[in-house]
Amino acid sequence: MMTGLSLERGHALAIHNLSLEFPTFSGAIKALDNVSIDVGKAEIVGIVGESGCGKSVTTMAATGLLPKGRYDITSGSVSLFGRNTLAMDDGELQDVRGKVVSTIFQEPMNALNPTIRIGKQLTDVIMRHEETSLPDARRIARDILADMLIGEPERVMNLYPFELSGGMRQRVLIAMAFSCKPGLIIADEPTTALDVTVQAVILRLIQNRARRTGTSVVFISHNVAVVSQLCDRLYVMYAGRIVEHGATRTVLEAPQHPYTQALLRCLPERVAPKQELEAIPGAVPSLLHPPAGCYFQPRCKEAVDLCRSRSPRLAGAEGQQVACWRRGVASETSGQEGRQ
Amino acid sequence: MAITRIIFPRLILLLFVVLGVAIITFTISHLIPGDPARMIAGDRASAETLENVRRNLGLDRPVVEQFTIYIGNLLQGDLGTSLRTNRPVAADIRTFLPATLELGTVALFIALCLGVPLGVLSAVYKDGPIDQIARTVSVCGISMPVFWFGLILIYVFYAHFQILPGSGRLAMGIVPPERITGFLLIDTLLQGRFDAFCSAVYHLILPGFVLAFANMGVITRQIRASMLDVLQEDYIRTARASGLRKGVIIFNYALRNALIPSITLLGLALGDLLYGAVLTETIFAWPGMGTYVVTSIQTLDFPAIMGFTIVASIGYVLINLLVDLAYMLADPQIREV
Repeated sequence: MMTGLSLERGHALAIHNLSLEFPTFSGAIKALDNVSIDVGKAEIVGIVGESGCGKSVTTMAATGLLPKGRYDITSGSVSLFGRNTLAMDDGELQDVRGKVVSTIFQEPMNALNPTIRIGKQLTDVIMRHEETSLPDARRIARDILADMLIGEPERVMNLYPFELSGGMRQRVLIAMAFSCKPGLIIADEPTTALDVTVQAVILRLIQNRARRTGTSVVFISHNVAVVSQLCDRLYVMYAGRIVEHGATRTVLEAPQHPYTQALLRCLPERVAPKQELEAIPGAVPSLLHPPAGCYFQPRCKEAVDLCRSRSPRLAGAEGQQVACWRRGVASETSGQEGRQ
Repeated sequence: MAITRIIFPRLILLLFVVLGVAIITFTISHLIPGDPARMIAGDRASAETLENVRRNLGLDRPVVEQFTIYIGNLLQGDLGTSLRTNRPVAADIRTFLPATLELGTVALFIALCLGVPLGVLSAVYKDGPIDQIARTVSVCGISMPVFWFGLILIYVFYAHFQILPGSGRLAMGIVPPERITGFLLIDTLLQGRFDAFCSAVYHLILPGFVLAFANMGVITRQIRASMLDVLQEDYIRTARASGLRKGVIIFNYALRNALIPSITLLGLALGDLLYGAVLTETIFAWPGMGTYVVTSIQTLDFPAIMGFTIVASIGYVLINLLVDLAYMLADPQIREV
């Protein structure tokens, strides 16, 4: 499961040095700082990090889903199967979304339109992107619902969302995301709002379908345990920056960045019984007034003077990269010193 | 069936509402100073004449008996005889009500046709120039008194430019069509009277617009507010993430949900139209219920006032019934459970 192998087949998504700001009255919130993420074709990649660290902003910026005019992209590029989504107009983005890249969001309870039947919501999407008649679209919808292990898909298609449980709604949303055979699926915390028992089923559904159809997947989660079982590679984000990146096994077994290490020590399943669980002291810094140097440095036990003055850049071998001065491989991020 | 479950209790409620209104109006009409017999017979009538008039009207009998007679007649559709016109109140209402309903329907139509799209545009282009204009227009609509706005329009379009008629339902020279429904727009078409139809449309423009304007403001604001709410919903994000076109998202996915909280308001607006009609009709000399009721009040014509009150309250209950039915139509969660 080396990165190089999947990337040789070409990129599904290549985000390069993306920086993004939200202008506010009290100044610019630097939501993303030089974020680079590669997703190979048919590869499953995870992005983990605490809430508000920029996971969703990254993918929403890449698919043009952020509210127009409320953000500035200050640098970087996004390539979706070789096409620059940042340069696309509304019409082009509408053609791409649903057909080339689909997103599954967090809240299945509200993510389906309450006044439209399930079947119609599915066929609306299918007929938007595929040249099919309504009966054909309904057949496609029925098949894909059945594939999501929904019994009696024909009956479900005639129901309204409020007549379904949360788990069923999420299956419908996954079916919708896969319905036009997109090359890339972005699963943004797809199981966070669901029961633990349902979570595993839903995750497997996404994984199986993606593996079978050769679809690339970006899994976004704050839960390392969830992502680790599914993904080929992991990106760890902290306060709008990628702090560590590598093959899932490597990152989990030999985490380099102090943040990743701390994150893993918070997992109950990785700590011996009766031993106290660790918590990372402090809180995520404000991105309106970020700390100087490494953003993790105020909470880091290993921080030295260098960490407090200059930002480390992601560096290391292809298999595992880390942005930390204490790991010896880091070099300096360009253009960081000016803003403090 | 859910639909009978909604309609049936409302119809029973209607009976109680009518009874309640009848008791209240009857009581008030007896408490208010002023002697109807004196008004009919005149100031100089002798005591004997007054007594005769009282006996003819049944005013000499005990109050409870008067009330029983009144309710009994009411149940047979007899609203009494107008003291002023000397015709049955029910017949008077049949004459004047269609004119008011026609004006009200046209006004509601104008208010919806302008208010809903304006509200949608206003929400979609929030804080843009369209939004600013729409918000200014709706504040004007809500805050401008009907009689003032009506007079201004009459002055500009009738008195000054002389391009629109300022009073009545038909032009002077045009023979009214034979009465079938009482709605001029329908009657003229049924009889193929296109000259009269055009004249009727022409006469509806100013009063229709005046009556519509205030309600348009309310509708625009409501639609704007609920559209803004709905456009932030997760399901709109899902629709956007699925690549659905903007127009489809706004009209098929958002507007329908935004209409649900607006339905109650539409019911109220319909009621408002009835009440706004009184002023509008007076200004435009529109021969409808408004004009009829104002004259009745001025002449202390109690049977007419009571008749109008009862008809109006039945109207309100029916509007509420319509609102509930509209909810069922728009919200599957109410319909299917």
